[in-house]
Amino acid sequence: MAEATGIEINSLYKIFGPNGKDMVQKVKDGMSKAELNEKFNHVLGLNDINISMPGGKIQVVMGLSGSGKSTLIRHINRLIDPTDGEVLYGNEDVCKMSQTELRNFRRHKTAMVFQKFALLPHRTVMKNTVYGLEIQGVPMKEAEERAARWIARVGLEGFEDHYPNQLSGGMQQRVGLARALTNDADILLMDEAFSALDPLIRMDMQTVLLDLQEELHKTIVFITHDLDEALRLGDRIAILRDGAVIQQGTGQEIVLQPADEYIADFVKEVNRGRVILVDTVMDKTRTLEGGPTIESGIMLEEAAKTFADSGHGEANVVNGDGRPIGVLNVHDTIYAMVTPASH
Amino acid sequence: MDWIEFPSLSRGDLLAIKKTVDGSFKDFTRAYGDIIDKMFDPLQDFLVFLEHLLINSPWPIVLAVFAGIVFMMSRKISITVGTVVALVLIGVFGLWEDTMRTVAMVTVCTMLAIAFGIPLGILMARSDRVQRLINPILDLMQTMPSFVYLIPVVMIFGIGKVPGLIAVVIYAIPPMIRLTNLGIRLVDPDVLEAADAFGSNARQKLVNVQLPLALPTIMAGINQTIMMSLSMVVVASMIGVKGLGQEVLNAINNQYLTAGVLSGLAIVSIAIIFDRATQAYGKRLQKHSEVVHG
Repeated sequence: MAEATGIEINSLYKIFGPNGKDMVQKVKDGMSKAELNEKFNHVLGLNDINISMPGGKIQVVMGLSGSGKSTLIRHINRLIDPTDGEVLYGNEDVCKMSQTELRNFRRHKTAMVFQKFALLPHRTVMKNTVYGLEIQGVPMKEAEERAARWIARVGLEGFEDHYPNQLSGGMQQRVGLARALTNDADILLMDEAFSALDPLIRMDMQTVLLDLQEELHKTIVFITHDLDEALRLGDRIAILRDGAVIQQGTGQEIVLQPADEYIADFVKEVNRGRVILVDTVMDKTRTLEGGPTIESGIMLEEAAKTFADSGHGEANVVNGDGRPIGVLNVHDTIYAMVTPASH
Repeated sequence: MDWIEFPSLSRGDLLAIKKTVDGSFKDFTRAYGDIIDKMFDPLQDFLVFLEHLLINSPWPIVLAVFAGIVFMMSRKISITVGTVVALVLIGVFGLWEDTMRTVAMVTVCTMLAIAFGIPLGILMARSDRVQRLINPILDLMQTMPSFVYLIPVVMIFGIGKVPGLIAVVIYAIPPMIRLTNLGIRLVDPDVLEAADAFGSNARQKLVNVQLPLALPTIMAGINQTIMMSLSMVVVASMIGVKGLGQEVLNAINNQYLTAGVLSGLAIVSIAIIFDRATQAYGKRLQKHSEVVHG
């Protein structure tokens, strides 16, 4: 499968209100959200968003409710029209597409999974799953064959003829996921897709998504308000507050170097053992002769498990070829896992 | 105390206004009445055809077809048996032919109301401006005493089936339009957004999402339309529509208590048959919304 194309978001603004366009300059000149609302009765939805979403990776956009994250994801397939700025997919600016081009873009390049599932209640699992292909005009027989594959892949085999109401929340969202995957689009947009599910089912769905991504390598944009989810899924994470990006980077970067108090507060409770890589903590200046080995690129928690099992105090960190690239010891591992981020 | 008197128009002025309006409408009727009348001929032919079909076919066949349709719609033995009993009683009391006329009339009226009502309702749901425009017209149609709009209708068409049809449709179509509009407007915006996100065009959204999700409300509209057209048959009989309404009218004029009650009960029983059958059908269409999983 060809490498998926990334998405570039450049100085994107969204201002809700009758004269949004006229307000952009005021915001660019530094007017705050509160002031804009008070003086001009316009709501600043997105403020100068610049995110480069890598192709074939999972980009998480995290923020609390009202931060603008759902508004942002709806700009990628233009369910919401921007006030200013551009959203580039390859060389195409989504914001400049005509209605027909936009419809084709939505049909062939994007697929979306929704927080409240948004399944068609009068259609069976199968008929829901073929929806995207039906809209594209794919013959029903072929569409059903392709859909059946994805229904099975998300673990719903045997439920093809059930109606959404007959399924649990977790199963309904599997239908939502199958519907999106059947579209075979480059970009997968997931708007708080797992937020409505119980914690156990949510973990389960995250695993499903990660497994799928391992073989599919789509450009996934995942919206969430849950930091643990963001850290688990995100190759890259952008944190949004009041419509602006306040920090972006890998999960480890955000946990180790929070940009401000707000984020530091957020990451305080995070299980750091599952975020920080052994590579970050290891001593790169030396290697050991013999002893246990730990693979490069795994998280501290797993390394700690190796120490506990082997009883050793030190271990070689080895790269893909099995060549040692540094040494990790128990003390540093535990220290990195428990020290809260200081800011 | 002159100012206490309301400054109304003088008798002469009023008369002049009435004369002008009536006069120009009469001229209009004379000039175009025949053409308009001709345009409605196919409708009249269809109504007559249906009437003859129901009346001239052997009654056991008509009864069986009725029972079959009711059963197909409701899938309930009780409603089907009720239908057969009611129709047999109607026949026993000598009202079979009149009932068939009324059924034909109500069927055609309902078909017309659906044919015009659903597209209008869709149009209304799509645009707030159209909604603002149509709503007061619907209010007018529902509250204006039917005798008032019967006057121009009779002036154009004379007395007979077509003016009756028009009067009944005017009275019975508003719930069809309103409930179609309402049903489409109440469709879950999340589901519509999903349809948009997958690149549906307007027609695909209408056919795949809006109409199916609005169907329960539209079915309620059809049900209301049937009930309202049945309630209009007596009024329609005053302009020459034959059927149960005429029996009732006859009974009022001659103080025939039994005849009036029997015809009235016949109207009630076909109303109940239509109502139960369409409601059960509507419910069956909604099978998927039964929550099986808690």
